[in-house]
Amino acid sequence: MMTAINWPGVWAIFHHEMMRFFRTIMQSLLSPVVSTTLYFVVFGAAIGGRIQSVEGVPYGAFIVPGLMMLTILQQSVSNASFGIYFPKFSGTIFEYLVSPVGWIEVTMGFVGAAAAKSMMIALVILLTSFFFVGVHILHPFWMLAFLFLTALGFSLLGFIIGLWAKSFEQLQLVPMMVITPLVFLGGAFYSASMLPPFWEGVAKLNPVLYLISGFRWSFFGLADVPVGVSLVAVAIMVGVCLAIIRWIFATGWRLRE
Amino acid sequence: MAGIIQIDNLSKQYGGGTRALSDVSMDIEEGEIIALLGPNGAGKTTLISIICGLVVPTGGTVRVGGHDIRTDWRAARRMIGLVPQEIALEPFETVMNCVRFTRGLYGEGRDDAYIEQVLRSLALWDKRDAMTKELSGGMKRRVLIAKALAHRPKVLFLDEPTAGVDVALRREMWQVVEGMRKDGVTIILTTHYLEEAEEMADRIGVINHGRLLLVKPKDELMGEFGRKTLTIELDTALDAIPSALAGRGLELAQDGRHLRYDYDTRADRTGIARLLGDLAAQGITVRDVSTKQSSLEEVFISLVDDGDKNSAAEDAA
Repeated sequence: MMTAINWPGVWAIFHHEMMRFFRTIMQSLLSPVVSTTLYFVVFGAAIGGRIQSVEGVPYGAFIVPGLMMLTILQQSVSNASFGIYFPKFSGTIFEYLVSPVGWIEVTMGFVGAAAAKSMMIALVILLTSFFFVGVHILHPFWMLAFLFLTALGFSLLGFIIGLWAKSFEQLQLVPMMVITPLVFLGGAFYSASMLPPFWEGVAKLNPVLYLISGFRWSFFGLADVPVGVSLVAVAIMVGVCLAIIRWIFATGWRLRE
Repeated sequence: MAGIIQIDNLSKQYGGGTRALSDVSMDIEEGEIIALLGPNGAGKTTLISIICGLVVPTGGTVRVGGHDIRTDWRAARRMIGLVPQEIALEPFETVMNCVRFTRGLYGEGRDDAYIEQVLRSLALWDKRDAMTKELSGGMKRRVLIAKALAHRPKVLFLDEPTAGVDVALRREMWQVVEGMRKDGVTIILTTHYLEEAEEMADRIGVINHGRLLLVKPKDELMGEFGRKTLTIELDTALDAIPSALAGRGLELAQDGRHLRYDYDTRADRTGIARLLGDLAAQGITVRDVSTKQSSLEEVFISLVDDGDKNSAAEDAA
């Protein structure tokens, strides 16, 4: 009885998804670079000039991790949700259900590709930021580790949204109504310690704060919450998402209906 | 020898209580073409969907090549190719990449030489770099067949393969299927076109209301249920059937020049020789004779009608 993972199957899905990304490489990369440049101009140059520094870090450099996080969260969710929703929309989802690939291969293929794409875009944004501000990365390994774990966690979330969605409207609803507000309120452009104590407490209920905090720590050694807590938060998110995906495939909810 | 597909007491009841399949059992032999006939909603697609993994059965078992479709699903699915009823293709992907992708999903390494062979056999090689959205409906259907063959399946399911295609293309599809049979692929097809089943199948299964009414070799089915009609053309028109020939079930056409005689091919004596002798004895000269066997369509309608009557009787009881 064959129970081993079907690696050619994983590669087929991953490669297929990456090819779609490369077919539209200009719009995939250009759009985030342009919007990041605008953020640097508005927040870095126009407003940042008046703020000077946050906990000793120039404001322009301080927002780089937040901008990267904003991008990686949005891109991970949209790439993964669109990736699995499109076969549902076009009817080609049947291929995944009749071929010898299980939930683990399908998830690895789609989520792996979505995470790889969003990491590439985030790294391009980092390169773009070098043109505007001097950024020194204190812990490059942890920076990449946080980048990977966050891309993974939110690609898994996006994958669930794509499995759940029954229309393109639903597909865009969660990123627009939930992800973007969480990032803006999660300290992308400020430190939680700049908030009054009550609001600082409220901000700590936002899971995205832990990601941005950990990520910013890898750049500057500054964190709103302990780094270990950030890592545990990401690990919990990955675990919960995997459990939900496994349940969806086991029951066929929104897949075999 | 056990069949390549063994279906035992397969049942499916949907959440709302609809019973789509009831205790279906059958064996499908390696290398044969079997056609599943039945009206809309009879359970044909449900049966195929269960074997392929799209629908979870509520009872019974299915083994493909000895592999249980639920406990050993990876090995079972590797043996199967499915051409679905609806045309579903990635619109912005090329034909070649579509087929390569399916091959990968089935755990097979890249083999462009084999894919070329498949695309050539389906007259798609010239379109290998075309995006699927640029293809005609018939070509898209052939791409679906190419995808289903990408991993060299032992068993191929064709769910209404020629639905909505023109007559010329339908004939072309039949040739493709015949080619696959020669390669030793076992083919299970569902169809509304009885002509299609008559043309291609070795065996025919009739499904109605989720029950398998019968599975028989096509020729046996035709012989068993098929009645033949003998038409006798007369030299001179008759006003009425002579009294000496009364009670033979003869029918005189309005023109008085044609006699029709229905007979059972299964009977020991068809009565044809006696009838012709009696006609000669009455001084009636026969100009020509012809026979016509009832089509599979007539056989099918009679089977389904009988099945409906039986179901109604069971419901009443």
